[in-house]
Amino acid sequence: MLGFPLLSVLIFLPLIAALLIALLKGEHVAKHARAVALTASSIVLILSLYMLVHFVPSQPGFQFVERAEWFPALGIAYHLGVDGISLFFIVLSALLTPICILASWESITMRVREYMVAFLILESLMIGTFAALDAILFYVFFEAVLIPMFIIIGVWGGARRVYSAFKFFLYTLLGSVLMLLAVLYMISQAGTADIPTLMTTMFSPDVQIWLWLAFFASFAVKMPMWPVHTWLPDAHVEAPTAGSVILAGVLLKMGGYGFLRFSLPMLPDATEFFTPFIFALSVIAIIYTSLVALVQKDMKKLIAYSSVAHMGFVTLGIFTLNQQGIEGAIFQMISHGIISGALFLCVGVVYDRLHTRDLDRYGNLAVNMPVYAAVFMILMLGSVGLPGTSGFVGEFLSLLGAFQVNTVVATLAGLGVVLGAAYMLLLYRKIIFGPKVHDDAASLPDLTPREFALFLPLVILVIWLGIAPSYILDRVGPSVQNLLTHYHDKLSTDQSVDESTSP
Amino acid sequence: MTSFQWQSLVPILPEITMAVGAMALLMVGVFRGDKSAQLLNILSIGLLLTVLGLILGITPFTLTTLNNALITDSFSQFGKAVIAVGLMAALLLSHRDLREGVMGRFEFPVLVLLSGIGMMLMVSANNFLSLYVALELQSFPLYVLAALRRDNAQSAEAGVKYFILGALSSGFLLFGISLLYGFAGTLDFSLLAGTLMQNGAVPGAVIGMVFVLTGLAFKISAVPFHMWTPDVYQGAPTIVTSLFAIVPKIAAILLFLRLLNGPFAPLTPDWIQIIIFLSIASMIWGALAGLVQQNIKRLLAYSSIGNMGYALLGVLAASPEGTASVLLYMTIYMIMTAGTFAIILSVTRHGEGVESLHGFAGLSKTSPAKAYALAALMFSMSGIPPLAGFFGKLFVFQSLLESGFYIVAVIGVVTSVVAAYYYLKIIKIMFFDEQQESFDDAPSSQARYFVAALSLAFVLFFIVNPNVLMATTRIAAQSLFG
Repeated sequence: MLGFPLLSVLIFLPLIAALLIALLKGEHVAKHARAVALTASSIVLILSLYMLVHFVPSQPGFQFVERAEWFPALGIAYHLGVDGISLFFIVLSALLTPICILASWESITMRVREYMVAFLILESLMIGTFAALDAILFYVFFEAVLIPMFIIIGVWGGARRVYSAFKFFLYTLLGSVLMLLAVLYMISQAGTADIPTLMTTMFSPDVQIWLWLAFFASFAVKMPMWPVHTWLPDAHVEAPTAGSVILAGVLLKMGGYGFLRFSLPMLPDATEFFTPFIFALSVIAIIYTSLVALVQKDMKKLIAYSSVAHMGFVTLGIFTLNQQGIEGAIFQMISHGIISGALFLCVGVVYDRLHTRDLDRYGNLAVNMPVYAAVFMILMLGSVGLPGTSGFVGEFLSLLGAFQVNTVVATLAGLGVVLGAAYMLLLYRKIIFGPKVHDDAASLPDLTPREFALFLPLVILVIWLGIAPSYILDRVGPSVQNLLTHYHDKLSTDQSVDESTSP
Repeated sequence: MTSFQWQSLVPILPEITMAVGAMALLMVGVFRGDKSAQLLNILSIGLLLTVLGLILGITPFTLTTLNNALITDSFSQFGKAVIAVGLMAALLLSHRDLREGVMGRFEFPVLVLLSGIGMMLMVSANNFLSLYVALELQSFPLYVLAALRRDNAQSAEAGVKYFILGALSSGFLLFGISLLYGFAGTLDFSLLAGTLMQNGAVPGAVIGMVFVLTGLAFKISAVPFHMWTPDVYQGAPTIVTSLFAIVPKIAAILLFLRLLNGPFAPLTPDWIQIIIFLSIASMIWGALAGLVQQNIKRLLAYSSIGNMGYALLGVLAASPEGTASVLLYMTIYMIMTAGTFAIILSVTRHGEGVESLHGFAGLSKTSPAKAYALAALMFSMSGIPPLAGFFGKLFVFQSLLESGFYIVAVIGVVTSVVAAYYYLKIIKIMFFDEQQESFDDAPSSQARYFVAALSLAFVLFFIVNPNVLMATTRIAAQSLFG
């Protein structure tokens, strides 16, 4: 429908820009690197918005499809496309990258060129992950993300950066290689790595269990789900601000996206089988990590634990296997991407000024930083899930979906919403209003215009999506419906086969 | 017996050229002395280029020569081409060190060539006698090379250790061959396959095969026959270590493939268990023992042990796909190793190569290009996409899953994660640690940068068009299965 390969441009433009920056020489390398990175990522953002506008909401299938042979002998192809499920993740990646680059404008002074290269490579890999329609291509993008992220945490991170970088890398790698085996097995059965074809391939229920577990190993770590979430607080705390933003904003969404793209449509019987297990893990994640968040003294750690809790709603929503639940999960992921990204930026703002994330060092910021306080408040309320913010829609729909399936689980998860409100409000009260503990903390300067510009689009989105969620839901809905129809068809055929074979 | 026909030597023209050339170069060296070491090195590279041309020029029909002693097919052609390229890389890496001093010896390139002839004959062997002779021809120059720095105790120790264990493994090999001969009455691969097919897995033949495989397992340093590797890698001069790491194992793995899918094909159920054990043990030990190493050469020795484990996984499949995946894996591994050693050799301090891991601290600040190249190679070694190393592992695992070895595959990927730790450790030291002492400023040899650049380009851009190399490996593998 379009004259040029939009998705390939989205993927390769940042790579080309990264190459350009790597070749820069001269005195003003840092300055030029920033400029090129910002320009390239802004162009990608504009192109992704162009894609958003030209996306046909009512069509449930894949759009902007591109296909080229890659390993024809093995049925592996360079196959790209978007549907309602992946669309907004691509836009989210394209939105957060320029914001990250702008956020690092002044705080990163060491090895600026390499930093910008890493972020641009990361951007192209993230977009590639969500656009890939070939299982091996997906894996290549999904896994390659580890390289820039390892470097970002390890080089520009905090005091325990080495430990965190290794933990992040090895945890995710271990999960992913098991997924690779599952993908290879599926390819050997189906004869192709094409995702749409794999979705229609039947795997016997016994095999599905193992394949599902292998995918689960990867996605659960990436998500992250309790109890394999422990890498996340470490990685978040040590990563530079922009690294945390990308990590929380986009990388965590790859797990949920993977469940929706692989586990549900390809392995319906195993999904059905493991649903109670996922519910249990989700509820534990929501309640347990919320409680852990309550006692954190480190701001980034608190938000990191809250992310685990919010991802609990996502897994809960996905595995309700009904329209509301899945739509809610997707909405929650997008909303969490915006809100948690912005919250990490909030932490970054005060960290840049005072170089500590210790809650006890802050207090009474509202006096000197009214704009900051206001921005933080909107984001905090979004995170809590106040009606009128985007956070509400996602949580509400997930819970609505859950109530239709299992009231006990939904009630327990609802309890998590209360706990979420508790720790976020405590955090907010402590640092914005709390008593003036340290003079330096109370006299910090307010947001600079650059910082304000970072927050503005995010804050507007939080409110706009809270008031008009239908913009997203209209586009997500048909694809989810398609997924569910397909899921139930496949499930019932499988069961009818079972019934007919058993005496 | 028909009269000897000169045309029958055409298939082994590359080896003959190489042998004659090596002798001629030896003469030059004898008369002109060590001053000519670098000249000989350049001439050797030229000779190898000629040989490579001959290898690629010979039409890839399956031909046997010298009373079935040697066979040339697409498989051996592929193996020889890769070996020739690997030898050239090793000579390029050594060029600078041959200029003067203890390593400036004219024997170096000649010995490399002689060993190379052995390797090429190994992949062509079609009979146990030629196999044994080729293997010894390959090994002896390597023993000498390991001890080339005679004034250095470690180097001498490496040479002796390598020789004794190598001789032991040859003993195993010969014993196995004699059992097989006693059982089948023939040394010819195809006749042996026929006899084994008829008689099934009789104990004598199986024991003979086990001894033969043991002897070969020494050569590829599969656990539990790996003990010599770390010591030899560490003790030998680094240019010799790079040679050990780049080339000989390819010849040995190819020999594994030819034996297991040829004469030993009727014994597949028996050898499968041996290969499973060797590969699992190598992967696990290569990963675990590598974790605690402080010397980069020793670390790479364990890495090579682990990598041989992965290559053996592809052997397990016993199918054309599996064989093709091994060939691809070994080619990618060879290229990555050449690049890795090119960079390690070019990092020096006070004129000496840096060997301790922590000596690389801060390399990313002083020589970012080297650090980034080595980082890319290390990520590739640990099998992270989109680098070439990932695809090597990918196809091995695919063939493994197609043959139904699920548990072995799971063990394989898990050990690859463990091994990733030490590759990452090298990156961590270069990028995250602070520099202790400055490195030499003087640029290293152009030849090393050339090898490193080629290797890096391959690792980065393999993903763009993998099909040429893959198609070649498939053709080569197919010829083995007739």
